[in-house]
Amino acid sequence: MKSFQQPILCTVLIDPQLALNFNLRQWDLLIRQARSANLLARLGYLFESVGLLNQLPAQALAHIISAQAYADRFYISLQREISCIQEALHSVNAPLVLLKGSAYFMAGNIAAKGRLFSDVDILVPEDKLPAVEDALMKAGWMTNTIDPYDQKYYRQWMHEIPPLRHLKRQATIDVHHNILPKTTQFCPDANKLSANSVKLPNQNIWILAPEDRVLHSAMHLFHEGEFAQGLRDLSDLDLLLKEFSTQVNFWEKLLLRANELQQQIPLFYALRYSHQILQTPIPESVLEASKQRINTTLMDALFLRALLPDHDSCNDKWTGLARSLLFIRSHYLKMPIYLMVPHLLRKTYRRVLGKELH
Amino acid sequence: MKLETLSKKTVVRALNSDGLRFKIGGFNVCLSSSVPAVAEHLLCLYGAFDVLDNKAFIDFYTALEPPSKLRRFFRPQVNFSFDGYFPFKPLPYKQASAMFEWGLNWCIASHSHQYLIIHASVVERNGQAFIFPGTPGSGKSTLCAALVSRGWRLLSDEMTLLSVSDGCVYPVPRPISLKNQSIDVIQDFAPDAVMGAVFKNTAKGSIGHVRPSDDSVALDEIPAQPSKLIFPKYERGSNTVLTPLSKSRTLLKAAENCFNYNILGLKGFNSLSNLIDASDCYEFKYSNLEEAVALFTDLAH
Repeated sequence: MKSFQQPILCTVLIDPQLALNFNLRQWDLLIRQARSANLLARLGYLFESVGLLNQLPAQALAHIISAQAYADRFYISLQREISCIQEALHSVNAPLVLLKGSAYFMAGNIAAKGRLFSDVDILVPEDKLPAVEDALMKAGWMTNTIDPYDQKYYRQWMHEIPPLRHLKRQATIDVHHNILPKTTQFCPDANKLSANSVKLPNQNIWILAPEDRVLHSAMHLFHEGEFAQGLRDLSDLDLLLKEFSTQVNFWEKLLLRANELQQQIPLFYALRYSHQILQTPIPESVLEASKQRINTTLMDALFLRALLPDHDSCNDKWTGLARSLLFIRSHYLKMPIYLMVPHLLRKTYRRVLGKELH
Repeated sequence: MKLETLSKKTVVRALNSDGLRFKIGGFNVCLSSSVPAVAEHLLCLYGAFDVLDNKAFIDFYTALEPPSKLRRFFRPQVNFSFDGYFPFKPLPYKQASAMFEWGLNWCIASHSHQYLIIHASVVERNGQAFIFPGTPGSGKSTLCAALVSRGWRLLSDEMTLLSVSDGCVYPVPRPISLKNQSIDVIQDFAPDAVMGAVFKNTAKGSIGHVRPSDDSVALDEIPAQPSKLIFPKYERGSNTVLTPLSKSRTLLKAAENCFNYNILGLKGFNSLSNLIDASDCYEFKYSNLEEAVALFTDLAH
């Protein structure tokens, strides 16, 4: 097993009080790691929540204030964007379910604090997709992807349509009809998610139930191929779990729900690594019950590297390889080999011809 | 210890290893680079700034390195990076030092929202800060270099940092960047001004940098009270004309010249309107630098 070197950022996310004894060099490294992990604003809210913000050294505080100013602006834009989406979909007879960051924000979850992201994700029933897409286009959203192959790829195999961007505001919306690609081996039943979703008071907006919000976050992170924001996503899980664990029977519901949606493996990883990296308080019995028959030596070697901040100070000589292997794994999870190989060949061929930018 | 007290060899060695650390006003910068011209740029233009030891908190870790060794002989390039992040496309290798100036502008403008950042040069005399916002070509840097060469304190050539919390202007007295004809104009106007290498064929034409005065650097931790907000406009052959501008017009014009007005929202509006309430506001047309300097020196009495 990889001997786990705890980055200074994780130390502080676990116990912010420890930062009070830091010298300036340690603060310097903390700010660098937090910035590269997109966690600088969240770090600020964490210090604020334990009443330490005014005890920070001035140099570190300046960076946190700057990041928080940016985050405050982001919330205003997000609020407006969600209202615009709501208005655009008013005529469509389908519940608007917000996912991930937008859902945390509207639900007032702690995980929304200092969480910056670029796209609003929504979930709608698959049979309502044409109506939703039509309504969004009429309200000014346009597809970014004009390539017919990409369009086909999304619509035939993925769990979302190609991203739509608003012509004036340049904001992007991802319209999902499921939360994992159709081609994934254990693709959950989207109807089960919608049926369990909760309506926000006084709003025509729905979000996934708490246990489903955790599972979605886990599914997303542990099917992911790129981990530039890996620690941010793990911190989301840590905050969601801490917040929901005070609800009656939360852990039982979570384990049960993972079985119903066939997401035992992502949940196992989520609990294992948030416990190992961020010391999330999870009952021993729950850790035990979530266990899967998985080669943890190998997966620890990969995830305990890839989930750290993408910063020089957190990398060792195996980090690059670990990230590459997880990238390949994510494709393997998303598609069966007979679909993946032609897809990757086609993408490579087009890249060589210079028709693809990424 | 001042940067210019180091030998060129020491500077080169620092740039090639962990980076050279130095202090510019409220910002601590670490720069590493294998490009030899960068050492000359620093020694010539940043000589009066303090070097820091490796215990200091660094705000911006920057680097200038060629993207690929393969292109060393064919159109060599250089990249600017901020702690492993590359905000720009590479530039020609010869423009490395100019890229440092642009890169550091970007670092400050993108990560310092504790300030309202106005695209303006700012200088001070008798405790009064004069702020000159300006679109490219308005002559704000030329005016700034001229005033500094006549003893005004430089707070900043490129961006005015207006503190959101106390309304003061905080200095970042980095080299003044001059474009095209302005380089000759300032060399004629102030033959003693120290100028670095001239970078030709950049995206902005020819670029030269004027070394900030030692006094300005020595006072780089002392903020100044805003006093005048003046929109300059260089016009060939024009008289020296200072026209008062209404506060409301000034607010609209100044907001357009801010880098982060949209990010600061209400705080930005309040900071800017407080600044304008406390300042006399003008439009200024000029072609003669001597007259301009005399007028402002009079205004600062």
